Amino acid sequence: MARSVTTRQKVIATIAAWTVGLIIFFPILYTIITSFKTEPEAIAGFSLIPSGTFENYITVQTQRDYIKPFMNSVVLSVGSTILALIIAVPGAWAMAFSPTKRTKDILMWMLSTKMMPAVAVLVPIYLMFRDFGLLDSRIGLTIMLTLINLPIVIWMLYTYFREIPGEILEASRMDGAGLWQEIVYVLTPMAVPGIASTMLLNIILAWNESFWSIRLTTVEAAPLTAFIASFSSPQGLFWAKLSAASTMAIAPILILGWFSQKQLVRGLTFGAVK
Amino acid sequence: MATQNTKTLARLMMAPSVLLLLVWMVVPLAMTLWFSFQNYNLLDPSNVGFAGTFNYEFFYTDPAFFQSIWNTLVLVLGVLFITVTGGIAIGLLLDQPMFGQGIVRILVISPFFVMPPVAALVWKNMIMHPGYGVFADIARFFGLQPIDWFAQYPLFSIIIIVAWQWLPFATLILLTALQSLDSEQKEAAEMDGANFFNRFIYLVMPHLARSITVVVLIQTIFLLGVYAEILVTTNGGPGYASTNIAFLIYRTALLGYDVGGASAGGIIAVILANIVAFFLMRAVGKNLDR
Amino acid sequence: MTLKTILLSACSAMMLAGVSAGGASAEALTIATVNNGDMVRMQSLSSEFTKANPDIQLNWVTLEENVLRERVTTDIATKGGQYDILTIGNYEVPIWAKQGWLLELNKLGDNYDANDLLPAIRGGLTVKDKLYAAPFYGESAMIMYRKDLLDKAGLKMPESPTWAFIGDAARKMTDRSAGINGICLRGKAGWGENMAFITALVNSYGGRWFDEKWAPQFDQPEWKDGLTFYANLMKDAGPSGASSNGFNENLTLFQQGKCGMWMDATVAASFVSDPKNSTVADKVGYAIFPSKEGVNNHGNWLWSWNLAVPASSKKADSAQKFISWATSKDYIKLVQSKEGWAAVPPGTRTSLYNNEEYKKAAAFATPTLAAMQAADITKPSVKPVPYTGGQFVAIPEFQAIGTNVGQLFSAVIAGQSTVDDALAQAQTATAREMKRAGYPKK
Repeated sequence: MARSVTTRQKVIATIAAWTVGLIIFFPILYTIITSFKTEPEAIAGFSLIPSGTFENYITVQTQRDYIKPFMNSVVLSVGSTILALIIAVPGAWAMAFSPTKRTKDILMWMLSTKMMPAVAVLVPIYLMFRDFGLLDSRIGLTIMLTLINLPIVIWMLYTYFREIPGEILEASRMDGAGLWQEIVYVLTPMAVPGIASTMLLNIILAWNESFWSIRLTTVEAAPLTAFIASFSSPQGLFWAKLSAASTMAIAPILILGWFSQKQLVRGLTFGAVK
Repeated sequence: MATQNTKTLARLMMAPSVLLLLVWMVVPLAMTLWFSFQNYNLLDPSNVGFAGTFNYEFFYTDPAFFQSIWNTLVLVLGVLFITVTGGIAIGLLLDQPMFGQGIVRILVISPFFVMPPVAALVWKNMIMHPGYGVFADIARFFGLQPIDWFAQYPLFSIIIIVAWQWLPFATLILLTALQSLDSEQKEAAEMDGANFFNRFIYLVMPHLARSITVVVLIQTIFLLGVYAEILVTTNGGPGYASTNIAFLIYRTALLGYDVGGASAGGIIAVILANIVAFFLMRAVGKNLDR
Repeated sequence: MTLKTILLSACSAMMLAGVSAGGASAEALTIATVNNGDMVRMQSLSSEFTKANPDIQLNWVTLEENVLRERVTTDIATKGGQYDILTIGNYEVPIWAKQGWLLELNKLGDNYDANDLLPAIRGGLTVKDKLYAAPFYGESAMIMYRKDLLDKAGLKMPESPTWAFIGDAARKMTDRSAGINGICLRGKAGWGENMAFITALVNSYGGRWFDEKWAPQFDQPEWKDGLTFYANLMKDAGPSGASSNGFNENLTLFQQGKCGMWMDATVAASFVSDPKNSTVADKVGYAIFPSKEGVNNHGNWLWSWNLAVPASSKKADSAQKFISWATSKDYIKLVQSKEGWAAVPPGTRTSLYNNEEYKKAAAFATPTLAAMQAADITKPSVKPVPYTGGQFVAIPEFQAIGTNVGQLFSAVIAGQSTVDDALAQAQTATAREMKRAGYPKK
């Protein structure tokens, strides 16, 4: 009964895992395949082999420019993430290293700010944005995205920071390190994986946010979620075109996610676990 | 150990986020509270004034109100159940040695990167459509009558779609938790003759408790507000079978343009969410303190 | 390292985006429009307009219908001032015009010829003799049917079909083993989805939404008869999954030859007769929307998509210039020359229906005109009503009420509720909402 893995076990695990993985991935895969079909093909029944037309992508691009919403999505998601991190890192740090009796309550309260349904506050927020001249501005939407994701960012950072052993701090203090030295040389290296994975997670959340990003923008600040809204449910079924537009909208973040997958996992391993 | 000095510093460091979130909570909450006591319909600006508690009465006497609370709970619990059990199962599977582990992991987490409206459209049109969807094609292949998902099982269909979106999040966190489980501990348990089932109950589950709590907490907050998927697929119907609180508020706010009513609905939703959070914290919160 | 790369790329992205935002000297009009085929065509042809008017620049905001409607309504009601030109339905125009939210269109130019607009359409856009929106395309509802299948059933479409005939024909045409459903109708919940059809149906049954005192009429026999007929017909001769079918789904079913008949918006005619997308293009016949024996009413379905200028726009003159271009006779000529007669936006101008070439090129032209002429939104029912509107009720509350009632009726089609239950619930829910909104209003 030694715990050595036989090839047979490995093959079984491989088959099982790939089956599950492919089932979960299937809707995305099928969307990508459909985007290379013609419209009649798209509704002609199940088929994994498209005729390989690029027509849909060309049509989508001529109907609606992709570059500007794409740039907006990048600016908004990255900008709001950086802003959120600047605000959240010190806060989470303080909560993790100088916890008080109320720290837990403060954290829960922060999360509870997300409980108000967005639809219910649309009109008040819209009025505020109008008065401040923030409608259809990147700055306005960046602030919005920062605020709605801030609680999650603080929460995640807090759980990471808390895993950093306190003894290291004490040891470095004994060595006479000042607070800033402590932060720069001891804590930062340990915190970076956690910050990086928080950052990635938040970019994903901001990229996919599709209530405010449509409601508060018109032309200048409209990101890819608005791009999608101009292809969903048109008159007539245009699934191939919709698939092409969908693929274009999710591809950048999907690719980022795939490449940074290890980073994401490493960060999560570091915190949130034990 | 902390000196007065570091305490002050800690307060200072927390100040920006606490203050910002305080403003971010108080201002919309105050505005919503204010509007919830007003007669204020966007399309009828002439009829504005104090409404007392009428908006609240009107919202909770809505014929769909109690069913929508029930649907909200079913939706949240259903998705939580699928994502947590599915996440553990997939996590255990992916924790085994295998070929191409990295690629499988990528496949499994991919749905997380898909924006919710796209996910809903893809599922509605290409997977669950009774005429052209993949499920219908599969059913016909076996000679069965295709299921009309959104008519026969509207809420369940929406649970599937939302669970598909959140499964990667749960899997990711639970998988990393599993991977951090000491392999020495696992081996020791195996030596002691514990079978898989016992190992799972006495070793793996306690280890996962905290991660499950995190998954449940964060997902619940997002799931309470789900409405876009409903709007795209069933429009809350048939009947009120797939109407949840968020959709009810949507109907009041963006079809009726009744700002007063929607604000009252928002306040009611916040109260309900806090009740859920209260029980949630009592049930799982202690896991966070370990 | 990864962190640094991301940060760097973020900074450069921000700078790039900052650069691209600057530099617009021409007057920029922001146009909100729906993503229907005719509007997408307008967008692609608009370069002709900017060529002729180099001092005007166009920014398009194209959104799906539901999102567009909530966006522009929120914006105009809060005076957000985000748009210069709005695409809105004839449902919104009179309501918004009365609120003073729309600008009167009085600078459309000398060649515009407003008298050429179809009277029924123009009437719906006029409040107190002032035109507040210009129609881009218009539609009524009619029957589209398969001539071959009707022949096979041994029937002939009468000049003016009755519901009894439709019910009989639909059941005879149904051949489920061959995948043919006698009839395809809307079933998906929504005030602009199933309720558009059901309201027109009940209109033709002699029913109405409200009596003169604004009391809901779901407890009246016309609703029960109409809804029972609809529910039974869908059960016997409708496609599976009907409770989630809207315009799009039925269009596709019909194009693929899976429907014997389909009653819906007249614009569908140009899609089902287009051999590129339709497998039954040469077999389609058209007839006027049915009526009930003894009731002279064909449903009164009338819809138009219109261009309007919000009162808050500071670029009203340029906006009117564009509206005039997009809804003019010349625009129709432009589309015809580029894409042929079938692509021309229908249902707005009398001159189009007097054009022999158009009538020859488009078999649906004459039936479309007949359907539109039969519709009168000022008298939707044979009984007196306090409202206007054919397949909708032109009051602000209707979107919410109609969707709520639509949900209840879709449950009947899905087999989860009975006609009686649904009607009773609809009556209570509607009465509640109307009381809340303060009806009857003085």
